[in-house]
Amino acid sequence: MSAPTTTPPERPAGRKPRQLSGRPGLYTSYSQHLRLLNTRPKLVAVLALVLLAFAMPWLAQDNTLSLLGLACAASIGAIGLNIVTGYAGQVSLGHAFFLAIGAYTAAVLSGDPAGRTIGFGVTNVVVWLLAAGLVAALFGVLVAPLATRLRGLYLAIVTLGLVFIGEHVFKEWRGLTGGAGVGRPGPVPELFGVNLADSGDVFTSDQKLYLLMLVCLVVFGVLARNLARSKVGRAFAAIRDRDIAASVIGVNLAHYKMIAFAVSSFYAGVAGALVYTITGFIEPTSFNLLLSVQYIAMVLIGGVATISGSIMGAFFITLLPALTRESPTILPFISNDASAPLNVFQVETVLYGLLIIGFLIFEPRGLFGIWTRIRNYWKAWPFSY
Amino acid sequence: MTAQLAAEPATTQTAPILTFTGVSLSFAGVTAVDDVSFEVGQRELFAIIGPNGAGKTSIFNVVSGVYRPQRGRVTFNSVDILGTKPHRIAAMGLARTFQNIELFANLTVLDNLMLGRHNHISYGALSAFAWLGRARNAELAHRAAVEDIVDFLELEQWRMHPVGLLPYGVQKRVELGRALAMQPKLLLLDEPVAGMNQEETEDMARFILDIRDELDIPMIMVDHDMGLVMDLADRIMAVDFGKQIATGTPAEVQNNPDVIHAYLGEAS
Repeated sequence: MSAPTTTPPERPAGRKPRQLSGRPGLYTSYSQHLRLLNTRPKLVAVLALVLLAFAMPWLAQDNTLSLLGLACAASIGAIGLNIVTGYAGQVSLGHAFFLAIGAYTAAVLSGDPAGRTIGFGVTNVVVWLLAAGLVAALFGVLVAPLATRLRGLYLAIVTLGLVFIGEHVFKEWRGLTGGAGVGRPGPVPELFGVNLADSGDVFTSDQKLYLLMLVCLVVFGVLARNLARSKVGRAFAAIRDRDIAASVIGVNLAHYKMIAFAVSSFYAGVAGALVYTITGFIEPTSFNLLLSVQYIAMVLIGGVATISGSIMGAFFITLLPALTRESPTILPFISNDASAPLNVFQVETVLYGLLIIGFLIFEPRGLFGIWTRIRNYWKAWPFSY
Repeated sequence: MTAQLAAEPATTQTAPILTFTGVSLSFAGVTAVDDVSFEVGQRELFAIIGPNGAGKTSIFNVVSGVYRPQRGRVTFNSVDILGTKPHRIAAMGLARTFQNIELFANLTVLDNLMLGRHNHISYGALSAFAWLGRARNAELAHRAAVEDIVDFLELEQWRMHPVGLLPYGVQKRVELGRALAMQPKLLLLDEPVAGMNQEETEDMARFILDIRDELDIPMIMVDHDMGLVMDLADRIMAVDFGKQIATGTPAEVQNNPDVIHAYLGEAS
């Protein structure tokens, strides 16, 4: 049985396919429909957003930029979790473990060879970033066989075990991590001979790091989107929705679960390396269950099985603390003092739980779902149907 | 379009596409399939009938590799398929639909049909990331193939809808479409008209006849709608409590005393 020999019916020579004006939903070729940004409004909006993001170093202050950089890095991790949990439906609580693998791989490779902790002095960003991803992916591939045996809650519990094993190892292996309460310096980002973490004449360190994170997010975001709309992404969704039917139509379950875990852990590894480049310090006890839950919150609040939703969720969760820290200026009964009865830290924790519950009840499709509703409303405006 | 969707002619036109020889399947003491043997020829529309719990769906699950029988031999296209994983059997050219619709509810009709072509799309994960020439061209070509099925089963208006939101009858048709998208050498239909009204049943019957006449795909059909089965099938096998009680043309099976007994009980 051979693949079909027909090519898609193409337009007459010399005419570019174009959207008919006033008919944004009408496609005149398959290539037009399969395009990444397949409507003009989408194209314009995304381009504008990316331009704005690249202009941020001149628009925002350094501490805001460092926060936005963190959000970009977290977005990559959230995309990774969304690939394995949102698209392929394999619930993983072990994301913190893969973030740690990435962070430590990058830190060890770029670390000072004469330092207190292990280091090899390979400071090129491209090298340690790929290495961080690949080592984490390797661990993902090792974990994947569990997913072919277990599903749902059982898989969640097993991946939870990873976090605890990791936490213990990181606490005890002082040569690698510096030990609990001591830690080690984060990865050293050097690109084209420039250390991005040092402030230069043109850019400050925060500006350079923010741009690095943004470029990484755009690259990994587009790659993930491509994967999601391909044969592989469809196979993931098939496994999530009906695994028996998926195998009966020819999807190799073990193979695709392995790809899902590998890709997801690769993204987590990259995210781990990038996050700790910004913070500049790795504390071994930070890779705990709470970190995994934070990433799950990003996916749930952002939108399950969407790439843009993962990014929205990551920005939301990363920027939330910054907002609550500002709350005492507007709400005087909230205190900045951690010992006061209602302080910003308590508000943050409460808000966190409320948001997850609220989203699960009222908008399970997350921020992406809210965006879809707004879009559909304005599509039909001023008519309600 | 007929040429494109039709199964390629098998190497030996006369050899049966599927043979079942003395197959027995039991679950902890319950014998679901008991020493069943039959053959399905090229271009044949074979039907399996029997009361509820007779083992019809179990036979399908054995063929598609979901269950592994304890005894017997099953060959598909002259290859022994016992112990082969479901996805491998699918790659060999076996497609099926399910009694209770097993579609990917969150995906659109197009994506469900594209999943049917999974084994025909040959690029890997790395090309998928890049979405350059190879992956993109494959997606475009297979999208065109899927549109033929949309056309064949008259699904145009539902293309972009998530299948979970579609009416039952349409979902049944999408599931048939997903099986057809696999370009199967043999198609198993598990109760294709269960729960359908008169009009939907007639539509489905027309599609089944079209598949046989235009696409030349042999089929095994399980159904309780006796009118439909007697009208469409070339040969029928009746099973009861896992045992094969009659095999033959519709007229032969209809008049077989064991079949009448199984359906209507003992004459008093």
